[in-house]
Amino acid sequence: MEYKPIRKVVSGNYAAAYAVKHARVEVVAAYPITPQTSIIEKIAEFLANGEIEGLEYVPVESEHSAMAACIGASATGARAFTATSAQGLALMHEMLHWAAGARLPIVMVDVNRAMAPPWSVWDDQTDSLAQRDTGWLQFYAENNQEVYDGVLMAFKIAETVNLPAMVVESAFILSHTYDVVEMIPQELVDEFLPPRKPLYTLTDFDNPVAVGALGGPNDYYEFRYKIAKAMEDAKKVIHEVGKEFGERFGRDYSQMIELYRTDDADFVFMGMGSLMGTVKQAVDVLRDEGYKVGAAKVRWFRPFPKEELYELAKSVEGIAVLDRNFSFGQEGILFNEAKGALYNTNAKPLMKNYIVGLGGRDFTVSDVRKIAENMKAIIEKGELDVEVDWYHLKR
Amino acid sequence: MEIPENVKKRLSIPAEEHFYAGHTACQGCGASLGLRYVLKAYGKKTIFAIPACCSTIIAGPWPYSALNANLFHTAFETTGAVIGGIEAALKAKGYKVKGEDGIMVVGWAGDGGTADIGLQALSGFLERGHDAVYIMYDNEAYMNTGIQRSGSTPYGAWTTNTPGGKKHFLEKRHKKKVIDIVIAHEIPYAATASVAYPEDFIRKLKKAQKIPGPSFIQLFAPCPTGWRSPTDKSIELARLAVQTAYFPLFEYENGKYKINMPSTKKEPKPIEEFLKYQGRFKYMTKEDIEILQQWVLHEWEKLKKLAEVFG
Repeated sequence: MEYKPIRKVVSGNYAAAYAVKHARVEVVAAYPITPQTSIIEKIAEFLANGEIEGLEYVPVESEHSAMAACIGASATGARAFTATSAQGLALMHEMLHWAAGARLPIVMVDVNRAMAPPWSVWDDQTDSLAQRDTGWLQFYAENNQEVYDGVLMAFKIAETVNLPAMVVESAFILSHTYDVVEMIPQELVDEFLPPRKPLYTLTDFDNPVAVGALGGPNDYYEFRYKIAKAMEDAKKVIHEVGKEFGERFGRDYSQMIELYRTDDADFVFMGMGSLMGTVKQAVDVLRDEGYKVGAAKVRWFRPFPKEELYELAKSVEGIAVLDRNFSFGQEGILFNEAKGALYNTNAKPLMKNYIVGLGGRDFTVSDVRKIAENMKAIIEKGELDVEVDWYHLKR
Repeated sequence: MEIPENVKKRLSIPAEEHFYAGHTACQGCGASLGLRYVLKAYGKKTIFAIPACCSTIIAGPWPYSALNANLFHTAFETTGAVIGGIEAALKAKGYKVKGEDGIMVVGWAGDGGTADIGLQALSGFLERGHDAVYIMYDNEAYMNTGIQRSGSTPYGAWTTNTPGGKKHFLEKRHKKKVIDIVIAHEIPYAATASVAYPEDFIRKLKKAQKIPGPSFIQLFAPCPTGWRSPTDKSIELARLAVQTAYFPLFEYENGKYKINMPSTKKEPKPIEEFLKYQGRFKYMTKEDIEILQQWVLHEWEKLKKLAEVFG
C-alpha cells in the first residue's frame, strides 16, 4: 500500500490520542490532570463513538494506580498506555521503577508541566527529568507531529528492548496548540507496529511465572545490569526504528540528536522539546545576520546520546545548553549530563548553561539572539562569564 | 500421594494441592494456610497479585514460587489497581474472567496493605466493578516488617510501635472495620472468613467466583510470631475469635446480611477466652479488657441487627 498521509489539524494531546488509537492499544488506565486531560478525554470519545475496538479503559482513582493498572495489564500481555503531567508523574514515581524492573514496555505521554509550589500548569521539564533514573526511555517531542510519531515509535522500541518509554510534550505550547499533523493510515501503522510479543505473560497456566519476587544480593545486581544493557541496546534499536520510520513515512528519526545547520557552525544551541522549534527559527535568522550557528535537538534523553554528542562536540567551539529545568544545588539537567558525557573525551568545547522558560515563561527568537551575542563574546574571549546563567531573572 | 476417587468425593475440601511444600512461612502461620485454601478453591487457572507482605516472602525469592499459579509481586499500595489492570487486559484479549471456567484474578494482601496504605486502590477497585476477588488476610499488624501496628490492630494490643512500657503506650484505637468500608461501596459480595473454618472459607471463595463484579473476603489469619502465641494454638485462637464474636463470620450479598456463626441465639464466649495464649495482650489491664469486651459486644449487636433487618 502506497503511503498517503492523512492530514489533520490537531492539538498535541489529540495527536497523542490518535497515536494511541492507531497503535491498537489494549488497556488505557489514566487519571485526569491538567494539561494532560484532553488526551484521555479524546480516547474516551473514540470509545464512545465506536471508533476504537478491543480497548479497555480503566478510569483509576490516582496516577499511582494508573501506572499500577498499566503494570498489571502489561504483565498480562496487553499493550498498555497512560498519560500524565507534573504532580501526577511525581505520584507515579515509585511505579515507574516497577514498570522498568518488571521489564514492561508501557508507553506514557507526559505533558511537561512545572512542579508546585507555587502552583503552575505551564511548561517545565523538571517533572520528566526527575524520572531520569527509573529505567524509562525518554523521547522529547518538538511539535505535534513528533508527539504522534513518537508514540508509535515508542511502542515499537519499548517492545523490542522490553523497557517502558515516555513521550514528552510541552504543556499548552504543544498540548493545547493546534497544528497540522500527518497521520498514517491504519493498515500501514499495523505493518510498522505489529501486535506485541511479550517477554512473559500471566496467562500461561501450565507454565506459571512469578514476577517481581525478592531478589537477594546474589541476584539483584544482575537484574540491574540487564536493564542497563537493554538501555544501551536501545540506542541501536532507536536508530533502526527511526530509520525505518523515515523510509516508510518520510520523517527520519534515526539520529538521537537532530542536527540543524551545524556543519560549519562555530557554536550550537542545544536543548530539548518545543523550545527547539524557536531555536531553529532563530538559527535561520542568525545565519542571515552572519552568525555561524546551528541547533542540536536532543530527541532521546534516555538512553543518553553520548556518541552523537561527542561527534558534535568535536566540530564546534561552543555549546549553549538551554535547560527548561533545574537540578537544585547543581545546574540545568541537560547541561549536567552533556558535560558529564564529554569529560573523558578529547572534545572540550566551551559549554555554558542558560536556564530558560521555567514555569512557562516565554522563550522567543530574540532571546536566542541575545544568547548568541553572549556566546560569541565568551568564545572570542576564550572563557566563561558565568557557567549557569538564569537568563530571564528579574534583577 | 494419590487420593482415590471415591475418597476424593467424600472430602469437603478439594484434595488438589497447588501450594507447594517447602515454602518459607513460620510455623502455625494462618496466612499460608489461607493461601493454600484459595489455591484449592480456584486451582491453577489463577493470577495472583501479592504486594509487599509476608506472603511475598512465603511464596519465595526469585527464581522460586510456592504457588502453582501465575503471580505478580507488586508494590505495597497497589493490589486493587494491579488486579484491575490484569482483569482489563484479560478482557481486552478476550479471555473469560471469573465464573466456573473463567480465569480467577486474585488480590491477596495483608491488613496493612489493605486497611492502610492500599485502602485507596482497594476503594477504586471496588467502585469500578472489576471481575476479581480481593482477599485481605488479617493478622492484625505489619508482621513482615516486625510487628508494627496497622489500622486493623485491636485495642490494647502490644506491637513494636505500641510497646506498652511504663506509660502504657498500647494500641488505643479499636480495629478499623475494613469490611464495613468495603460494604459501603455496595459491591455484590463481601464476607468475613477464618482459617479455623476452611469449609466456610472455601464456600465463600466459590461464591465469590460465581458472582460477577468485585468480591471481597476478609480472612482472619493468626500470626504466632506477632501475637506471641504458641504455634500449635493458631486454629484454636482463630476459632475463639469467632466464638467470642471478636471476629464474627458473615456475608453481605446484594444488600443482604447473613451471619454464618456462631449462633445468634447463643451468648458469645467472654473475650478473655480469645485473649489467652497471646503475649500481645498481656499488658492489658482489667479495665482495658472491659473496654475491648464492650466494643466487641456492641459491634456484635450491630451486626445481629443488620442481619435481622436486612437478612
